[in-house]
Amino acid sequence: MACQGLQGGETVASLKRESESLRKKLEEERKKLSDIELNQVAEKIEVLGPLSIKTRRVLKGHGNKVLCMDWCKDKRRLVSSSQDGKVIVWDAFTLNKEHGVALPCTWVMACAYAPSGCAVACGGLDNKCSVFPLSLDKNENLSAKKKSVAMHTNYVSGCTFTSSDMQILTSSGDGTCALWDVESGQLLQSFHGHTADVLSLDLAPSETGNTFVSGGCDKKANIWDMRSGQNIQSFESHESDINCVKYYPSGDAFASASDDATCRFYDLRADREVAVYQKDSVIFGASTVDFSLSGRLLFAGYNDYTINVWDVLKGTRASILFGHENRVSRVRVSPDGTALCSASWDNTLRVSWAAYL
Amino acid sequence: NKKASVQRGGVNIANKTIEDIVTRIQDETEGVPIRTVKSFMTKIPSVVTGTDIVQWLMKNLFIEDPAEAMHIGSLIAAQGYFFPISDHVLSLKDDGTFYRFQAPYFWPSNCWEPENTDYAIYLCKRTMQNKTRLELADYEAENLARLQRAFARKWEFIYMQAEAQVKIDRKKDKTERKILDSQERAFWDVHRPVPGCVNTTEMDIRKCRRMKYPHRVKKSVYGLVEEGTQSRSPIHTPSHHCRKGTKEDVEKEILFLNTQLDRHRMKMSKVAESLISYTEQYMDYDQFVTAQEPSNPWTSDDPSLWDLEASKEPSQQRMKKWGFSLEEALKDPSGQELFLKFLESEFSSENLRFWLAVQDLKRMPQQDVAQRAQDIWAEFLAEGAPSSINLDSHSYERTSQNLKDPGRYSYEDAQDHIYKLMKSDSYTRFLRSNVYQDLLMARKKVSVCLSSSSHRSISVYISCIN
Repeated sequence: MACQGLQGGETVASLKRESESLRKKLEEERKKLSDIELNQVAEKIEVLGPLSIKTRRVLKGHGNKVLCMDWCKDKRRLVSSSQDGKVIVWDAFTLNKEHGVALPCTWVMACAYAPSGCAVACGGLDNKCSVFPLSLDKNENLSAKKKSVAMHTNYVSGCTFTSSDMQILTSSGDGTCALWDVESGQLLQSFHGHTADVLSLDLAPSETGNTFVSGGCDKKANIWDMRSGQNIQSFESHESDINCVKYYPSGDAFASASDDATCRFYDLRADREVAVYQKDSVIFGASTVDFSLSGRLLFAGYNDYTINVWDVLKGTRASILFGHENRVSRVRVSPDGTALCSASWDNTLRVSWAAYL
Repeated sequence: NKKASVQRGGVNIANKTIEDIVTRIQDETEGVPIRTVKSFMTKIPSVVTGTDIVQWLMKNLFIEDPAEAMHIGSLIAAQGYFFPISDHVLSLKDDGTFYRFQAPYFWPSNCWEPENTDYAIYLCKRTMQNKTRLELADYEAENLARLQRAFARKWEFIYMQAEAQVKIDRKKDKTERKILDSQERAFWDVHRPVPGCVNTTEMDIRKCRRMKYPHRVKKSVYGLVEEGTQSRSPIHTPSHHCRKGTKEDVEKEILFLNTQLDRHRMKMSKVAESLISYTEQYMDYDQFVTAQEPSNPWTSDDPSLWDLEASKEPSQQRMKKWGFSLEEALKDPSGQELFLKFLESEFSSENLRFWLAVQDLKRMPQQDVAQRAQDIWAEFLAEGAPSSINLDSHSYERTSQNLKDPGRYSYEDAQDHIYKLMKSDSYTRFLRSNVYQDLLMARKKVSVCLSSSSHRSISVYISCIN
């Protein structure tokens, strides 16, 4: 029995060595095709003029840190969730609060608007993700129609509807992602591979695609096939937790935000990191990213209360936005690219857009 | 070395970077001039001006805008690394205000979570010393009152501890005491901030559980040992999912890595060109890069522009996008409608209808999937189907097999095949067709899109004027 145990130990060690050498080989293969850097090729395109982005709406109403928000497809409504357990649906154009729900738990870390505009999903420390149909009757208690859909064994960090109101995708502190059928609450597919909390996910924008990207505390960003549950591609170049991942609009690439104070850009076809967005004066962790409609700009929210706007192709910073009085937890560009919403630990959401002349 | 420093301590990586900066800024040769300033009858030891700090930050962190330097400086102050000597509010001003550096003992990397007993001792001892500079601010007096009520039973103990601390302090050199007193106060300004100020010690709850020292005991600022068991911080619970590399895990990893090695990769130069061309194509539509015509509903304060878009009358600019890719055309309901109309004219609309049906199938509630999958087979693929589509035999066989256990992905192969067919064949003809071109011309208007700055890419498009 003693020698069996010894054999077991050696096997794991030799397997680990094999894995390590394969990893090195993979890095070499990836490097082979990097004949030039993105920002070098981008030297030929025109420099962007000075960006003038103004905040013109401040949404006040949450009693504590705003942790998440999502735009409605109608381009003006949005849903937000907070540490105080409240989820609010706003018409950002008029500043009207249209719906409000109080969840029994605090730290509602994730919220999403359904594609139809008729429901919202949210979850957090309750380890669940629930769907609330939005009633036209303002007096109706939304909690009454609540549908509990996802069940994880740790906090829910992110959620999104797929292309319809019928499925939601969740990411969790339990290290997994999962796809759920809203009507029945059935688990359709689970995604295992991360070795620590998963903090964020994003669905590929393609009409024909069935993939999504996730990022977490294991510093990895993984691409998943929704049909099989398989991890089809993986990237590891951050030096600390990945707090947020977001696809570039064509779906061929994605960006990430990390506690290591950098944002990075990865291309799926090149199978590697193709840009790092960093500066000596950017010291605090980046918590959230989103692209402008064309993918030319990357809006990134940081723990130093600012939003840095990066020129995705040239790798330089195009602008810095001040205004929030605490960490920025989420930034999202509206569905038609006309506005940017930022949510913060200062209990507010701000809506900003480009001001010309 | 950032990687190495992440392993140290349980503090986030930003604090490591700040500590490097704070160490450099105090360096004798490369840092700011820290000196003793003579003021009236007293000397103010070990201070530097706000301007000195701002200038140093601008030079050493390559910051061009002093406002940015003040912002980052204020955050470093708010974390407790330096502080104004005459104020409880931790922020950096670009003027002659005096600042002092915090002692490393009090740095956040020591994982302080001081208890209220320590705070009570601190406030109590401040009242014992007859110095104007140690007088309690209003909010501190309120805090003290609250703590006296909360700790009513052990107040005698706290009072004694405060007296003991005062005794210890008295033994120190006068100048040293001035410095230590201010550093201690700055520590408490971080952990018990002025009402209205941001509490920088607040943590993201998702990260709390994974503090590196879960076994660590909460330590007292004043060396107190609580009678009874030492309390463990409630948030420092050991991680439940310690993912050690089991044999299966490593075997899976090896399998995965081997698959990755076989992947076809594209050259960076090609990838860069692709990214650039995609972005440049859409930059005309990007509100943050190019001023839009008609203008942004937010700037014009006119939400009716959204209603206009929702109507069935797409603008020329919007129709132009349908020419970018089949994906773009299908994404837009009006584009989809027009493409369908075109296909009907060519008697090949079943392809698009099949594609749309499969999209719907994937969006259905689970319990409806099987039936719908059968319906699609009947409509498009069965022998004598009313909307028979043309599949290669391989896809047909695969799909037929899939239908034995129908699911939402049963038609993936078939859908992919049909999509490629439409893309390479019908779509290109659609773009050249009268159906599309005539409508494009019909939405004629002069649209001139100019950026406000001469540096910005100017996009001018003028459609045909009659």
